[in-house]
Amino acid sequence: MDIVYTIWLRNMKRYIRSKSRIIGSIAMPLFFLLFLGVGLNSVVQLPGLGENYVVFLIPGMVAMSVLFTSVFSGIQIIWDKQFGFLKETLVAPVSRLEIMSGQTLGGATTAVLQGSLILVLSMFVGFPLSNPAGFLIALAFMVLIGISFTAFGIAIASRMEDMTGFQLIMNFVVFPIFGLSGALFPISSLPAWLIPLTLLDPLTYGVEGIRYGLTGVSQINPLVCGAVIGGFTLVMTVLGAFLFRKIRI
Amino acid sequence: MTVAIHIEHLTRRFNGLVAVDNISFDIEHGEIFGLLGPNGAGKTTTLSMLSTMLKPTSGSATVNGIDIERDEDGVRKSIGIVFQDQSLDEELTAWENMDFHGRLYRIPAEIRKQRITELLRLVELEERQQDIVKTFSGGMRRRLEIARGLLHHPLVLFLDEPTLGLDPQTRNHLWQYIATLAREKGITIILTTHYMEEADRLCNRVAIIDHGKIIALDTPKNLKDGIGGDVVTIRSPDLAAVAATLAGPWINRVEQHNGEVIVSLQNAEQHISTIVTMLNTHQIPIESVAIHKPTLEDVFLSFTGKTIREEEADGKTNMRMYQRMVRH
Repeated sequence: MDIVYTIWLRNMKRYIRSKSRIIGSIAMPLFFLLFLGVGLNSVVQLPGLGENYVVFLIPGMVAMSVLFTSVFSGIQIIWDKQFGFLKETLVAPVSRLEIMSGQTLGGATTAVLQGSLILVLSMFVGFPLSNPAGFLIALAFMVLIGISFTAFGIAIASRMEDMTGFQLIMNFVVFPIFGLSGALFPISSLPAWLIPLTLLDPLTYGVEGIRYGLTGVSQINPLVCGAVIGGFTLVMTVLGAFLFRKIRI
Repeated sequence: MTVAIHIEHLTRRFNGLVAVDNISFDIEHGEIFGLLGPNGAGKTTTLSMLSTMLKPTSGSATVNGIDIERDEDGVRKSIGIVFQDQSLDEELTAWENMDFHGRLYRIPAEIRKQRITELLRLVELEERQQDIVKTFSGGMRRRLEIARGLLHHPLVLFLDEPTLGLDPQTRNHLWQYIATLAREKGITIILTTHYMEEADRLCNRVAIIDHGKIIALDTPKNLKDGIGGDVVTIRSPDLAAVAATLAGPWINRVEQHNGEVIVSLQNAEQHISTIVTMLNTHQIPIESVAIHKPTLEDVFLSFTGKTIREEEADGKTNMRMYQRMVRH
């Protein structure tokens, strides 16, 4: 556990120092919230989900910032590889599993912090955060998204040589995961052929879970959400640990 | 325990390319041992195997009496490494880099703190301990890495090209540190280098490695003495003629390299006038004649028939080839 903590601690130190990264990754969901949310608020009708589009959008933006931060945190080990720091960790008398766990928890923590920051900021645009139990449910879903997608990032980074593939992954893997997740629109309003795709996207269950916690309404049963995203977290952690074990430097 | 490292028939292949070819030798406890050779000769691969980062294809080795394949963690605990490429976290301070290392090696908090202070003082970085490593110069980073490598009190310290890319002044400074360390801490130091002067100045014993094989192993003095006598280098527009003309029982060997003719012989001072006369008689122009005592460069030349620079030019293609292989 001490080793996991050591790696986690390093991640935290780096996170706190990277002001530009904190601000940079808040900016996108915040702009989405302002431009899309406020802009479309009067136009969009959400039958059965309350009247307010901004309130609908906020859980999606929280999930978005958790998703992007965690994938990015996971992929960051490529930098450690390139700048040599990974060697220092890998040659120490510690197991790969400990290193991977520390990295995953570190990434998940920063991701949840970023998501919470969005949540706090969204209260300024009128988000009613009144139910503490609901907040804890949302937090649990954020943690699961954070862990699963950091592990996902580590899995990808373990197979990548350098950062050249980063844009490709972001555009063709992470952005579709976000786009299909129902963070921006209710799943029920989609054309029938698109719904199965959405239901295949693990993030959908994360977004719906957070939405249930924060607004009390969701289109998928929160227990199903918990089971799916929990299972996904397990699979990703195992996959990430497996691929990280085989990393060569 | 007098043997720090014991290597037996150690071999490493990368898809048919033999990077380390059946090497065997012992390194004594407390000595500074140099692995000298051109880039791509197999120095780093040897070090990677000894530090358990890479599995040998065949053969075996023990470090501090621990088998490198049977007990990886045991070996790792007992060694310190300074890699060829930098391996610091640039976003953290010097202290934090040390602290991270100390925690990874599970050094208790009190002892950790005390040792970090002591080591940062040793490498003269105590005043910069709270500064982010990004602001450090190349020499400071190297010193920090050496201090970090010593934090868990290893019995053996590996230094992979410790002075690569540093300016001559910093290099000199670093040599002094390394020599002091070996003396004061009594640890065994194994360093790889392709700087002849570095091996000569620092090492108690040197193994010359080329194409994965150990081609000579002895003290720098014995190696140089083995050449027999002195070295005369002659520059001339017509090297072939110089080489063809110089002959006699007092000449050990004549070779052409890098635009020079290199003659090894005994008592060069007595024969220099003979050499000049011989060349004059044959009307061969001379640009310069120099006498020097043999260096490790001459030793390398006498064993491989090439200078280390010529080897490196050849080796570069090889290097690229197996860097690619290592990655896949």
